[in-house]
Amino acid sequence: MSALEVTAVGLFATVQDQGRRGFLDQGVGTAGAADRASAALATRLVANAAGAALVEALFGGLAVRARGAIAVAVTGAYCPLTVTTAAGRVRHAAMYELIDLADGDELRIGAPSAGVRTYLAVRGGVDLPPVLGSRSYDTLAGIGPAPLSVGDRLPVGTATDGYPVVDAVAPPWGAGSGAGGEAPGVVLDGFLGPRDDWFAPEALALLRTGVFTVTPASDRVGVRLEGPAPLDRAIADELPSEPMALGSLQVPAAGHPIIFLADHPVTGGYPVIAVLSDAAIDRAAQLAPGQRVRFRLR
Amino acid sequence: MTPPRVLRAGERDVLVEFASLTETVGVRAALDRAPIPGVTDAASGARTVMLHFDPALTTRAAVEAAALALEPGPELAAADAAAVEIPVVYDGDDLADTAALLGLTADELIAAHTGRTWVCAFGGFAPGFGYLVSAAPSLEVPRLATPRTRVPAGAVGLAGEFSGIYPRESPGGWRLIGRTAAAMWDLARNPPALLSAGTRVRFTRVAPS
Repeated sequence: MSALEVTAVGLFATVQDQGRRGFLDQGVGTAGAADRASAALATRLVANAAGAALVEALFGGLAVRARGAIAVAVTGAYCPLTVTTAAGRVRHAAMYELIDLADGDELRIGAPSAGVRTYLAVRGGVDLPPVLGSRSYDTLAGIGPAPLSVGDRLPVGTATDGYPVVDAVAPPWGAGSGAGGEAPGVVLDGFLGPRDDWFAPEALALLRTGVFTVTPASDRVGVRLEGPAPLDRAIADELPSEPMALGSLQVPAAGHPIIFLADHPVTGGYPVIAVLSDAAIDRAAQLAPGQRVRFRLR
Repeated sequence: MTPPRVLRAGERDVLVEFASLTETVGVRAALDRAPIPGVTDAASGARTVMLHFDPALTTRAAVEAAALALEPGPELAAADAAAVEIPVVYDGDDLADTAALLGLTADELIAAHTGRTWVCAFGGFAPGFGYLVSAAPSLEVPRLATPRTRVPAGAVGLAGEFSGIYPRESPGGWRLIGRTAAAMWDLARNPPALLSAGTRVRFTRVAPS
């Protein structure tokens, strides 16, 4: 059976799919690819079934060697790609295109110039054993295939759906969009609520007009932001624990919001002032520490 | 019943808020018996149920209308239904302090904890952690002012209106009254969680082995 051998891991790389459903009441969240749109594009390029598993690499740095002839595609955060053949010949490859790897070829993903999460899909899908119906690793619950280490062998499965019909797709967001803290920053669309009435009018105004900075404490659980001032509450009561939606802007006691990503807790005890749109959730999953964001809320 | 409040949570979720925990548990059970078409996942909180829907299958308006029409079942009051039995050694570090906060002796607190049927209202915090509530008079105590950095697996605690069991070692701020050897989370079991929303629980007192 063909496989990808992991020859280098950057900061952190995991296997993900569309996530786990039906375990919220047992305290297990959905997980799955943090930037779902990029993962879906990679899946489409290699013509996999929608639920096929792929690799999510944080800050690039991933390298894999093909065992057997394998088609792959890389999407998400923009990284330089090189392919080194078994004979040592180096060729460049591009993101958002179908890449054919021969047996022994090594694909190296460099450091991203924009975005933080890069997706590597392999035709047939990564076929590690599913846990509770999903191959997603949930960093909060500690469930799913373990994060990748050098030497891991990722078996290639048979989760295809027809044959590739495109060999390149348009990237979903520009390589330079909002990178490097340039004004006015990335704009994230969202919807007020469910608990906007727990906040002071000044907090709602600040959320609509303020520029927020992504902090280094961000991960798959959430993008932690620092605002120009705390978002003050109108209701100071303790919120009875309630379920949290993906993309929630939860505001802890200190008043600086967290955008909940794929591994967010199932329930939380702090009010959610707004929830991002589907597209904005994927964009938020590509925010790098130091980047600035603004919110456009309905 | 007071009509629930229906709140928007983004493009794919509706948060339904009820006046009481009893209604929340009852509605959640009703929802499990008669799912709303197009709702692909649901989660409960202390006063809320979140309905996650697929916009390809239904509309927000249809989910909201169905949510407003939910009638709670009698789950929290039906004390005679079958319950999961959880044996507990009542020797928690906070047993005496917690009893004192409630104006009880340690034995009276243990009798109150074992002498009622608990219902799992919702899960969260960690895989297998269930927030247990009871229709009997409350054993409500505040969380510890300073959470412990390490609570052992199997610790049985009280906090707010809830009782709960830590499925694995973790930090935690609940007041610990005992410990159990019952496995709260086991991936080899189906379902892996011993407790999930609607599960009924009786605690029994056992001697340390």
